Amino acid sequence: MSSELLNEFTFFVLAIFVGIEVISKVPTILHTPLMSGTNAIHGIILVGAIFIAAGASSPVEIVLGLVAVILATTNVVGGFVVTDRMLEMFKGRQAPKATPPAK
Amino acid sequence: MSGTTIAITLAYLVAAVLFILGLRQLSSPKSARNGNFTAALGMVIALLATIPLLHFTTAGITIIVIGVAIGGLVGSVGARMVKMTAIPQMVALFNGVGGGAAALVAVAELLRFGAHPAFAEAFPSVFSIVIGSISFAGSMVAFAKLQELMTGTPITYPGQQVVNGLLAAAILGFVIAVLVIASVPFSFIALMVLALVLGVAFVLPIGGADMPVVISLLNAFTGLAVAASGFTLGNFALIVAGTLVGASGSLLTKLMSDAMGRSLGNVLFGAFGQVQAGATAAAGGAQARAVRSGNPEDLATLLAYSRRVIIVPGYGLAVAQAQHAVRELADQLEKRGVEVDYAIHPVAGRMPGHMNVLLAEANVPYEQLKEMDEINDQFKDADVVLVVGANDVVNPAARSTVGSPIYGMPILNADQAKNIVFMKRSMRPGFAGIDNELMYDPKTIMFFGDAKDSLTKLVNAVKAA
Repeated sequence: MSSELLNEFTFFVLAIFVGIEVISKVPTILHTPLMSGTNAIHGIILVGAIFIAAGASSPVEIVLGLVAVILATTNVVGGFVVTDRMLEMFKGRQAPKATPPAK
Repeated sequence: MSGTTIAITLAYLVAAVLFILGLRQLSSPKSARNGNFTAALGMVIALLATIPLLHFTTAGITIIVIGVAIGGLVGSVGARMVKMTAIPQMVALFNGVGGGAAALVAVAELLRFGAHPAFAEAFPSVFSIVIGSISFAGSMVAFAKLQELMTGTPITYPGQQVVNGLLAAAILGFVIAVLVIASVPFSFIALMVLALVLGVAFVLPIGGADMPVVISLLNAFTGLAVAASGFTLGNFALIVAGTLVGASGSLLTKLMSDAMGRSLGNVLFGAFGQVQAGATAAAGGAQARAVRSGNPEDLATLLAYSRRVIIVPGYGLAVAQAQHAVRELADQLEKRGVEVDYAIHPVAGRMPGHMNVLLAEANVPYEQLKEMDEINDQFKDADVVLVVGANDVVNPAARSTVGSPIYGMPILNADQAKNIVFMKRSMRPGFAGIDNELMYDPKTIMFFGDAKDSLTKLVNAVKAA
């Protein structure tokens, strides 16, 4: 096993624990936004998609690269925007609570 | 290590930290929106940091620009146009395309590696192809079920488990072929096709009501496929971000099935709601059973002269776009001194937390939304429980009928209230497809009609009362 692969494996294992630890206490009302937010984060596959697209020269590579970039960008942009739309409302409903003391 | 490499590595580290902080903020109501921004910032940094690593061909730069433009347009327009009621299927769609992208990246990498790639490169690639394709196809079926493009009832046939088992075995065979014999396009394209078929076959027998759990699971799958692509490409950002999603998504999946009072295994392989066909057929007969139904005036009087009213909203409320009407009714009742609360079941709507999002859209005050554990002891003191478009979450069968598919699911104790007003379009069973005894309870008054029309009638009647 190369040292590079060993490093990667270390990150992988540590990230598993961080991923579990970081969301261990999440209220039910946030399950949907959280799912949508993590959904946007795996849009990082766009990094992989632009890797294969950038060096594309044969027709097969060009098609694969183009489709992968379209799909991954849709994942990233759609994911973050739709999560924000959900969470915008959570902020909105707390506004009435905050307004009276301000006046 | 060159200066550029160090800078890129550090930028990836910053991005990874921002993802972790974003996830943390997303798990608390106060900071959730900032958490989404934090994660998006991490994404921008990771993407910018990648640019110096690329060696562009002319075609390469063209397809990236075109691809980002199309994907950005589809993603942002789709996310902005979608109705709040359709959010779950939108999340399924965005998840599926991510899984598809991961599979395609892996295919492109395998093509580049030639016929005999090193195991450390080939293994994560085939993993990514299989898991990414399952996630893509499964998410599309989940989308179709939730969008009601196809039936939400579980699709089962004799020998289904055997067929799925054979598919899995065939996939395993091609995985071994690619890894041991030779990595040729025929074998990994066959692998992709088989995994797509398995993705469809895997979700078909799962009922519409369980789709949120399935989407969450496929979300975790996509995360793992992305992490695997990270191993293939030797890219730190993909490994860490993908694994974070894989791990947190798996935990979230478990939390969701816990909220439904079921094990994940039961959700995935229990063909939940299989009795639906029978129940729907029986619904005709059920209509013959006596129920009490009321007119708006009587119900308005009942409501207006109550001390405590608890509203149980469900997906039917959202479908009828009646969030605003229900808030108006609550406002009218409060003007008369009635204490009004909303009891939110953990899986109200089509996804945990979905109902909160929908009611927040209608500016229902946060304090009136009570979670199940908080309000369940208070139903016995309520004069009226108003069930609007909900069904399974107040079905006493979950407590008493051992054979029922929802047996064991925690429910709201609506049946303990002094009166129950059950607003429904018809006697049709709910999403889980089973009959609800509560409708035949002597304390229950049925109020048939579209939720929005009925609520508007009630509002007017309360004003007049």
